[in-house]
Amino acid sequence: MSTEQTRQKQGLIQLLRANGQEQRAQRGAPRFRIDAAMWEELGGRLGKGLDLMGLWADAQDVHMALFAPDEKDFAIVSLAVEDGAFPSIGARHPAAIRLERAIQDLYGHGARGLPDGRPWLDHGAWPIRHPLNEKADAAQSGEEKDETQDYAFLPVEGEGVHEIPVGPVHAGIIEPGHFRFSCAGETVVRLEERLGYTHKGVERLMQGKPPAEAARIAARTCGDSTVAYSFAFARACEAALEVEVPPRAAWLRALMAELERLANHLGDTGAICNDAAFAFLHAHFGVLREDVLRAADTCFGHRLMMDCIVPGGVARDLDAEKGAHVLQLLLDSLDERLEKLVEIYDTTASLQDRVRNTGRLSPALAQGFAAGGYVGRASGRAFDARLSLPYPPYDSLAVKMHVMHKGDVNARVWVRIHEIRESIGLVRTIMHNMPQGDLTAELPGNTAQVREGVAVVEGFRGDVLAWLRLDEEGLVARCHLRDPSWFQWPLLEAVIYGNIVADFPLCNKSFNCSYSGHDL
Amino acid sequence: MALTGDFLMQGVQMFLVLAVAPALTGLVRKIKARLLLHKGPSILQPYRDLARLMRKDVLLAHNASWLFRVAPYVIFAAIWIAAALTPTFATGLMFNWTADLVAIVALLALARFALALAGMDIGTPFGGLGSSREMMVSALAEPAMLMIVFSTALLAGTTQLSQIAAHLASQPFVLRASMGLALIALIIVSLAENARIPVDNPSTHLELTMIHEAMVLEYSGRHLALIEAAAALKLVFYFSLITCLFFPYGIATPPMGLAAQFLGMGLWLVKMTLLAALLAVGEVSVSKMRLFRVAEFLGGALVLGLIAMVLLFVSGKM
Repeated sequence: MSTEQTRQKQGLIQLLRANGQEQRAQRGAPRFRIDAAMWEELGGRLGKGLDLMGLWADAQDVHMALFAPDEKDFAIVSLAVEDGAFPSIGARHPAAIRLERAIQDLYGHGARGLPDGRPWLDHGAWPIRHPLNEKADAAQSGEEKDETQDYAFLPVEGEGVHEIPVGPVHAGIIEPGHFRFSCAGETVVRLEERLGYTHKGVERLMQGKPPAEAARIAARTCGDSTVAYSFAFARACEAALEVEVPPRAAWLRALMAELERLANHLGDTGAICNDAAFAFLHAHFGVLREDVLRAADTCFGHRLMMDCIVPGGVARDLDAEKGAHVLQLLLDSLDERLEKLVEIYDTTASLQDRVRNTGRLSPALAQGFAAGGYVGRASGRAFDARLSLPYPPYDSLAVKMHVMHKGDVNARVWVRIHEIRESIGLVRTIMHNMPQGDLTAELPGNTAQVREGVAVVEGFRGDVLAWLRLDEEGLVARCHLRDPSWFQWPLLEAVIYGNIVADFPLCNKSFNCSYSGHDL
Repeated sequence: MALTGDFLMQGVQMFLVLAVAPALTGLVRKIKARLLLHKGPSILQPYRDLARLMRKDVLLAHNASWLFRVAPYVIFAAIWIAAALTPTFATGLMFNWTADLVAIVALLALARFALALAGMDIGTPFGGLGSSREMMVSALAEPAMLMIVFSTALLAGTTQLSQIAAHLASQPFVLRASMGLALIALIIVSLAENARIPVDNPSTHLELTMIHEAMVLEYSGRHLALIEAAAALKLVFYFSLITCLFFPYGIATPPMGLAAQFLGMGLWLVKMTLLAALLAVGEVSVSKMRLFRVAEFLGGALVLGLIAMVLLFVSGKM
């Protein structure tokens, strides 16, 4: 047996132990320092039984989060940047291309061999270049440039091919993003996205802040997933500081996470129907979403439950009388109303005609890009962080994963409907079994050593990854938050290929990728 | 004296349709909003919108040609004439003799032609997209419309709308298969022509899915007001056409007194309201169809119109 084959047989962590140096500061999941050869080998294995979970940079290193679904191994590998560059993963695995373009923009570390060297987040309008790099190039002051003029979209040639630019300013109340369609008649030959318009510098803002303050910034990365981001950040913090969260706090976190999932899935299901001009379901699903948000407001004092999860625990307890009562009322009415709407969805022929077979994502692509959330699960990728990388309290809750294989708009809607049902059940279970006890655990302030933590949390859209390093004084030295949309946006480009332009809004809404979380 | 009276009646009809049109659009929107659990703006909102647009400046693209500026007037005029000539509350008005159905179809075609050209004039991709889709829709809707015209003409022995209405109103009500088919065909054509669900969605913000709205995206100020008014008039026209061809009962026929005319007017308003409610309910209960399925939908209308005509050829009683 050749060494190559032996390596294939080894588990991911075994392989890394043998070929890398485990970093002691890292908690939550092991991190290994590896050499360029190993880096490239891992890059080559991505998409073939090894999932790319994240790729980000640091002052001197690049880090890559990996997940091996077979043995459920999760690990981070790090490679030192030499001469300002590192071997490109994007050259071997397309899902990494945009991540590496973002690294180039934020840090200036070059990805050697990256097939697409265009900037990604940096549109040339920032006052500085490489904002996260210590040696940030302040001299290169940004003159206001006409951004879209400078950006070279991939050329499409052929008889009768015309371009339709859409955005970044859209007619509806949605976030900014530019879509460049190349069409032959109504058929889309290519779609190219351009994102980065909502870059807020979240990662830089977090640097030098104590965890409690940084958590507030993390919560604002993406409004509809604020619970998921707070949850992920808090868990990464607690992992780094080796703090155990009191059981009641963990259960309350899950309660919030499920309420957030419910609200978003309900709202989005209606919104998908609305994009097929079926406003009836939009209105009624909107009522359900609103009821969930109001219940969340009564229970936790904020409709979106922003800042309710803090490092060490939760900021607010569920009011035993009022909160529990409101939730009970919500659950009692939600089931029945939901099923009626689901029946309408399933039996309205004109709507079904729109959603079936539209925007099909092949399971191979979903696997290859390690697409999380409903996008992956509607195309056969059985990954749910609550099950695949269980964390409290989900390790003691029976979560059921719903995987479908058709990968069309309808499948994505159905995965969401199943998840709504599942979440209603989970909220019920959580309410009945919620342990009593403290809400927060004390966080050690000054640790006198550098500590790192990582966590993956299942938001409604998919898995949110948070990685952070705390310095000796316990301040955030570097924090990276990776939105699930990084691995979903590129697939939208693939999905629309061969569909007609008029069906794009429907496909887009069924993905509902995040702009804010992605642009960071 | 008689001439003045006739002239007056025709004038009343002409301004009646114009006055009622925004309210009708507002009514459809209101009923739709109510069905969708919204409160919805007042029925009078379209008047306020038009007044606001009339006050606003016109913003023109640098490369807009005269065509772009002229098109709104052409569209508005053509559709207003069509709506004014269609019998609403009375037949036999002064200019009704000009209301030949084929001429009316031609007026609508003129408006559509102007709009499609204007959509392409500025050269934005959405305008072109909308124009090409509109042409696809109208290429199928127009022949279907002509089939309907011929069916009713065969029945009444004339293509003159006023006479058809008078003829049908004077007959006792009989169920005719041909008229049933023609009615369904006309409803389909009306939905397509008025940019309604399931063909188009008048209330969408999604540029990529638009047909009618995509063509008028670049319009502003009084130009947009004219186009919006024309769209409202078009709805009145199609509703009036449906009522005068299929439910002309109660319409005043000459020689008529004032009482008959007022009764006809009241009944017409009731009919308009009913159709608005039906349209709203219909729009809420189906989703928009895939763009290329519109061809099958309108193809259906064409076939229905054709069958209706063939049935009448076979037997005048069917």
